This record gives sequence, structure tokens and C-alpha cells, in this order.
Amino acid sequence: MSRSWAFASNYLVYSAMAVYAISFLAHLIETAWAVKVPADKNSTLDYKRTEKVARIATALMILGFLLLFAGVIARGISAGRVPWGNMYEFSITGALAFSGAYLLALRKYDLRWLGLLVSVSVLLTIGTAITVLYVPSAPLVPALKSEWLVIHVSTAIISGGVFLLSNVIASAYLYLDRMEKKGERTPWAKRLPDLETLDLLSYRLVAFVFPLWTFSVIAGAIWAESAWGRYWGWDPKETWAFITWVAYAAYLHARVTIGWRGRRAAWLCLFAGSTFLFNYVYVNIWGTGKHTYSGL
Amino acid sequence: MRGEAIVNVGERFVNTATSYDTLTYGKLFRDSNIPAFMVTADKFVAQYNLETSAPEDYTLEVSLLREGATQIEKKTIKVNSPMTIGTTRVYLQANGYAPVVTVRDSKGDVAFQGPVTFLPQDANLRSIGAIKVPDADPQIGFLGSFLPTYVRDGANGGASAFPKALNPRLLLSVWSGDLGLDSGIPQSVYRIDTTDMTQIGLKGLKPGESFAYEGGSITFEGYVQWVNLNFVADPGKHLALLGGIVAILGLLASLFTRRRRIWIRVGDQVEVAGLAKNAAPGLEVEMQGFVKMLKGEK
Repeated sequence: MSRSWAFASNYLVYSAMAVYAISFLAHLIETAWAVKVPADKNSTLDYKRTEKVARIATALMILGFLLLFAGVIARGISAGRVPWGNMYEFSITGALAFSGAYLLALRKYDLRWLGLLVSVSVLLTIGTAITVLYVPSAPLVPALKSEWLVIHVSTAIISGGVFLLSNVIASAYLYLDRMEKKGERTPWAKRLPDLETLDLLSYRLVAFVFPLWTFSVIAGAIWAESAWGRYWGWDPKETWAFITWVAYAAYLHARVTIGWRGRRAAWLCLFAGSTFLFNYVYVNIWGTGKHTYSGL
Repeated sequence: MRGEAIVNVGERFVNTATSYDTLTYGKLFRDSNIPAFMVTADKFVAQYNLETSAPEDYTLEVSLLREGATQIEKKTIKVNSPMTIGTTRVYLQANGYAPVVTVRDSKGDVAFQGPVTFLPQDANLRSIGAIKVPDADPQIGFLGSFLPTYVRDGANGGASAFPKALNPRLLLSVWSGDLGLDSGIPQSVYRIDTTDMTQIGLKGLKPGESFAYEGGSITFEGYVQWVNLNFVADPGKHLALLGGIVAILGLLASLFTRRRRIWIRVGDQVEVAGLAKNAAPGLEVEMQGFVKMLKGEK
């Protein structure tokens, strides 16, 4: 029973990856051929050429999201618990949260220009998860058997997904900022929102998710108190979670208190995001400490 | 207060400073603050996955006798659910095996008897340790490996295939000479310094079997399990939690309230200016409302 669910989960994750790959190609086509430069130089550029491809790309993204969602659920059923007990499962759930955040934001803002970056990030995450991080579905070790697993890890995954999205936007900001300094935006880049919108969007995502991240760290401390007998022990994961917290707190302060905007704020945002990524990749794989379970 | 103690299953732990293997105090903690209670480890059950040997559950059943109480309370300690005694919490941190041996001298008198704590080395609980018999003449020491589920292993001679004691085996090397206990240099209870000793025997024993060497014999009687208990009294943790909650509330307030600064200059005419201190939108609407209020229209 649990084994067939595990197989189903694997097939669903593989299918999701294939669908995301096609969505990535569609986004690529959309980005590359969206702009038609008219023969008459004075008339405006035509951005509507690839509307159909863009719609296909988004539809595929939604399909990929649904397949991945089913894959994550099946994984959870096969193991009889929430699907975030090891790094493979964090990665597929994190990719799900990330593309979910994008699709949700898409309902409000026209963010389709981000689709290329989102689909390639999801592809890389799932690809790494399948090839490097895969472990067979198994029950939890005793230390993870707690209701805090649901609270602590889910909030950490959501925070990670949104931090990543904010970083992608900050990178786009820096790229476009450089392009504008050199001269005019290239035709395809003109479709992207202006710098101020990107700046604000990146900030809003961080401001939205920072309290959640704080809650996740505190929930982790409460769990640590009942599992390990201390709520804070400077374990590598804890230390890096705190470093990420301080970095994002510095970012928010820099913006709200001393009015940092634009380039400097974007760099600070990228720095803070990199501490999160370091914590996720380095501390999980090469680090020692109480957060490393069963190899990965 | 934070202390650790290894307790063999079946034995009891009396909460005094000398019962601990390690003990550290906070700044305000004194010996006299240690609460009086007694914990007996009644039963320890470890469940493992049959395919991967990964642990699935650890349960320790204990009998607790509080200070002044006449009734023994039965309690269960698990990895994520410590036992609480007043402000002290007791955590189950580790477990392992302690082989029970009897060492006799050449006359047949018992020179050493009892369980010896061995340290787990891998996921299948291959455990190593040392048995020291300083009262024998010359002194005798045993370096041992305890294998809960013995299998032959080409490279190491023996290995453990599963963490439960399905086919226990005690592998011993026997050393005779000077254990170095009188040198004054502290030494590990899990190791023997064999520089002044010679090896006089090598044997693998099943439970109940004995091995006779020159000058005595050793019998592998069986084994008991031990648990490592962590005793923590942390009276400041509630303040830390309260601080954390206040920090989140403060954070939400500072991020999501609309911070505005407003100037009013009264001269020939009244001038009003506003500044948004963070990115919250709606300054213009608010300023218009404010001006209307000043004019008395609202």
C-alpha cells in the first residue's frame, strides 16, 4: 500500500518536472520572440505577438503545480506523515511553495515576465532533489515525531519560497538597473515593470514573510526545548537561521528607517537571501549538528 | 541546571549532585536547589525499521518517587515528551547496551561482577568498552566489542547487522599487566592504555559462555540496556518565550502600521505637508482627509 503510493509519488514528481520543462521552453519562446520591431521606426513596438505562447506557458505552470502537489501529497501518504522529513521532501515541497507563491501573485500582478526565472528555478530544485537528494520513503526517526514538525518546517519552507522569489525580483532589478545605466532598455526588457515597481515588490514580499520567519525560528526553539532539553544551543542550523534573521532585519531597517532604496537595498536583499540558501544547502549536507538527520 | 546521567534499565537514579556524570549550574543555582526525587528505569523499548535499521520509537517507562511522597508514580518518557517534575524536566537522550560479566581469579573467587557500559559506534549499535579488574594480581583488563546481532564480517571479524539484541556476542581481548590506575593521570573508562600490558587471550562469547585464561576466567552473563537521561531546570525559558512573542508583535506593528509625519505651518495661511515613513500606500488620501478635518468640513 505505502509502496505503491511512493511509486505514484515518484511518477507524479517526474511528470511535474517534464511539464515544468515544457513550460520553461514556452516561457523561453515568449521571452525571445515577444517583441516585433516594426518596419517604421517611429511606430510603437508590438508586444502581443506571443500572447498565445504566454498563455500556454502559464497553463503548463498550473498543470505542473497540480502534478507536483499530487506528488507531494502521495509522498506524505506513503510515509504516513507530513512530507517534509528529509531534504528530498523539503526540496519538492519548497519548489511547490515557490511556484505556488508565483501563481498566487500572478492573480494580482501581471508577473508573466518572471515565469522564465520561476520555471528554471523550479526545474533546478526538482532536478537536484531527484538526482542528488532522493531517499526512499520511510517513517520518521523518533526525534522528528512531533506536531511541531508541521508548524516549524512548513513555516520555514514557505518563508524560504518567498525569500527566493524576492531574491529573483531583486536580481531582475539589478540587471535592469545596469541596462538602464548603459542606455535604453532592450526591446524585450521594456515589457518588464519599471524599476520602482520591482523595488517595491521585492520589499513587500520580505516584509510580508519576515514575521513568519521569526515565528518559524521561535517555533523551532519551542520544539527544541521539548526534544533536546534546550531552546537555543547555537547548533549550526540555529546560528544560520539567526544570521538570516539579522540580515533581513537589517534590510527592513535600512529601508524603513534610513530610506535605502534601489540598488543598495537589492544587494542587501540578495545577501540576506544567500545566508538562507547557505543554511539550507551547506549546513544540511556538510554541516554537523542536531539538524542533520539520516544523512540528508 | 543541566546534568546528564547514564542509568541502567532496572536501576534507580537519586537526584543528588554526585549521581550525575556531568553537571553544570547556572549563575543563580546552588547545590541546595537540587530537588529531591528518585527515578527508577523500569523498562526501555526501542523499535527499529526492519529494512533500514532506522529507529522508529524509543519508550522508557519509569517509576518516580517525589520528595515527601509515599506513592510511586508510573511515568513514560519519549524523545519528544520529557517528564516534568516541578521545574525540572527529564529527557531521554541516548541509549545503548551494557554487557553483564563475572570475572573470577585463579582460585575461583569473584574479582568483578556487574554490567559495564559500552558506547555505541554505529547505527546497528556495535558498542565498544573496557572492563578493568584492578584487584587481580597481576591486573587484568578486557577490551571488548558488544554486537547485538552478530554476523561474520571479513574485514573486521565481526559486525552487528541490527540494533536489537537478536544474536548478542561479546568479543574480548584479555590483557595482563599494569592498568596504570595508580599513576594519577585521569583515564577513560571506555579504553585501556595497554603500553604496560601484554595480550594473553582473544575470544568471542555467547551469553552464558565462559573463557578461561592464564590466571582466571570471565563469564558473559548477559546484557542490560542503559539510557542517558538529561535533567534540565531552566526557570528563565518562559521569559525568553514571552520576549519572543513581544518581538513578533512589535515587528508586526513596525512593519504594517502606516507611519506618517505631518508638518503644519501657520502663517498668513496654513500650510500642511506629509511624509510617508515606510512604503505603506495611501498618503495622499489620508492627507486630503486630514486637511478636510482641519477645515472643519468633517
